[in-house]
Amino acid sequence: MKTLATALSLLLALLAAPALSQEKVVAGLSQNRISITAQFNGEQILIYGAVKRNAPEPDGAPLKIIVTLQGPSLPVTVRRKVNTGGIWINRDRVDVDSAPTYYAVSTSAPIDQILTHTEDLRRRITIPTAIRSVGAPATVLDSAAFTEALIRLRTNEGLYRLSPYAVDIVEDTLFRANFDLPANLVEGNYRVRILLYRDKALVDEATETVFVRRVGLERWLANTAVQQAEFYGILSLLIAAFAGWAAAAVFRFIRR
Amino acid sequence: MDFYLPIAEVSVNAPLLIALGAAVGFISGLFGIGGGFLMTPVLVFLGIPPAVAVASEANHVAASSTSSVISYTRRKAVDFRMGGVLAAGGAVGSLLGVEVFRWLRLLGQADLVVSLSYLIFLGVIGALMLWESLGSILRRRRGDAPKPRKDRRPPWLYGLPFKVRFPRSRLYISVIPPILLGVFVGILSAIMGVGGGFVMVPAMIYLLGMPGKVVIGTSLFQICFVSAFTTYMHAVTNESVDMVLAVILILGGVVGAQIGSQLGAKLKAEQMRILLATLVLVVAVKMTFDLVIEPSELYSLTWVRR
Repeated sequence: MKTLATALSLLLALLAAPALSQEKVVAGLSQNRISITAQFNGEQILIYGAVKRNAPEPDGAPLKIIVTLQGPSLPVTVRRKVNTGGIWINRDRVDVDSAPTYYAVSTSAPIDQILTHTEDLRRRITIPTAIRSVGAPATVLDSAAFTEALIRLRTNEGLYRLSPYAVDIVEDTLFRANFDLPANLVEGNYRVRILLYRDKALVDEATETVFVRRVGLERWLANTAVQQAEFYGILSLLIAAFAGWAAAAVFRFIRR
Repeated sequence: MDFYLPIAEVSVNAPLLIALGAAVGFISGLFGIGGGFLMTPVLVFLGIPPAVAVASEANHVAASSTSSVISYTRRKAVDFRMGGVLAAGGAVGSLLGVEVFRWLRLLGQADLVVSLSYLIFLGVIGALMLWESLGSILRRRRGDAPKPRKDRRPPWLYGLPFKVRFPRSRLYISVIPPILLGVFVGILSAIMGVGGGFVMVPAMIYLLGMPGKVVIGTSLFQICFVSAFTTYMHAVTNESVDMVLAVILILGGVVGAQIGSQLGAKLKAEQMRILLATLVLVVAVKMTFDLVIEPSELYSLTWVRR
C-alpha cells in the first residue's frame, strides 16, 4: 500500500507541468531599452539565450522554442461599414476591452507542432488569445468577424506578426530570434516571453522586459500636451501666429 | 526624412507633408477657404488617428489663414468689422454645434449626418455657384452688361433692423444676417470639423452681396479665429494636437498661403467663382463615389488612447 502511494505521488509529481526535468532557459536581449527620438524609424532587437541542463538531453521529442514580444494593451473599437439606404456608413461596432498595440510571435517550428490549442489558451500565446473581452451589442451577431478584422488590419500594418521558423536553435542549446520593430510604436513596457517545449509539454519559461520610451523633445511634447494642456494649446497658437507673420514678412521683403 | 509624431504615435514622411501643407495652404489663400476638408482625409489616409488629424489640421489652418490675412490686409482687402461679426456668430455657433454633435454621437448617427452634410452642402453650393459663374462668364462673352449690383442683393437684406455700416464692403445692412450666417457656419464647422469657408464664401457673395475684393480676405479672417479657437479647444479637451505634425504642415502651409493670396488678389471675380465651384464639385463627386461604392475595407479601428 505504502509503495503504491509513493509510486503514485512520484508519478503525479512527474506529470505536473512544467516537467521537473533539469532544463532551464537562460535569456538575454541585445538591448532592453528603446528610445523613440524625433527621427525614430524602427528598431531591431535580438533575443537570445541558452538551455541550461544538469543532465544529458532527454531522448525523443526535439526541443521547440517560442519567443513572444508584446507591447502595451489598450481598448479598441472596431467598426464596420454597412450599406444603409444606398450609402456605406459605419453602423456596426464592437468594443474590445484590451488588445495589444504590438504583438510578435516567433517560433522554431509551425505553432501547431509545438503546442496544443488548450495549452495555447492557457498560456495566451497566439495573437487571438491576447485579445480580451470582445463586447458586442445585441445587434451584432458575428463578433468573431470583428476580432478577425482587428488581427488582419494590425498584421497589415506590421504590428501583429506570427513568424514560424524565426527562432534558430543551435545544437539544442543556443537559440536566437530577431525582432524587427516598426516605427509606429507606442510607449510602454514590452514583455518578452521565451517558452521551451518538448512533445507539446512546457519545459520552462522565462520573461524579460523591454522599455520603450519617447525621449528628448518628443517626451517633453507628449507630457506637456497632457499635463499642461492650456500652455500647450497657447503655444500651438503662438507658433501658428508667428509662422503666419514670418511668411508674410519674408514674402513682402522678397517682393520689394 | 521621417519624423515620429509624439501624439499620433506614428512615423511620417516630412517632405511629403510639407508639400501637401503647401498645396492646401495655396488653395486656402486663393479661395478664402480653410482647406481642412481636403487635408484631414489625406492625413487619416497616411495613418494618423482621425482625432489627431482634425486637431493638428486646425492648427495648420490657423497658421495658413494668418499668413493670408496679413497679405490681404496690406491690400486693404479685409473687412474687419464684418469679419468680427461673423467670427462672433461663429463662436456661438461652434459651441452649439459641439452640443449637436455630441447628441448625434449618442444617437450613433454622427457618421451618417456628417457624410450627408458634406455631400449636400458641397454638392448644392458647388452646383449653384458653377451655374451662376458660368452664366456670368457667358454674359460677359456675349457682350451683355453684367447684372447691376443692386439686383444681385436680396431685397430682404435691407428691411431688417439693427443696421450697421460696413464701409469696406460698401454695405449698410442689418447685423442680423451676418450674425446668423456666422452661427450657421459655426455649427457646420463643429459638426463637420471644417472651417466652413466653402459655405462662407458663396454666402458672402450671393447672400450678403459683398464685393469680390473683400470676400476672400474677410472669410479668411473669420476662419483664422474659428480655427484658432478650435485648435485650443482640441488641445485642452482632447489633448489631440500633435505639435510636430502641425509644425511640419505649417512650414509648407504659410508659404503656400502667401503664394495663393498673391494670386487670389489678381483673379477676376468670375474666374475665382468658377474655379472654386469646380473644386467644390470635384470634392463632392469624389465623396459621393466613396459613399456609394463598396469600400475595399469595411472595418476600421479606433484605439482608445490614455
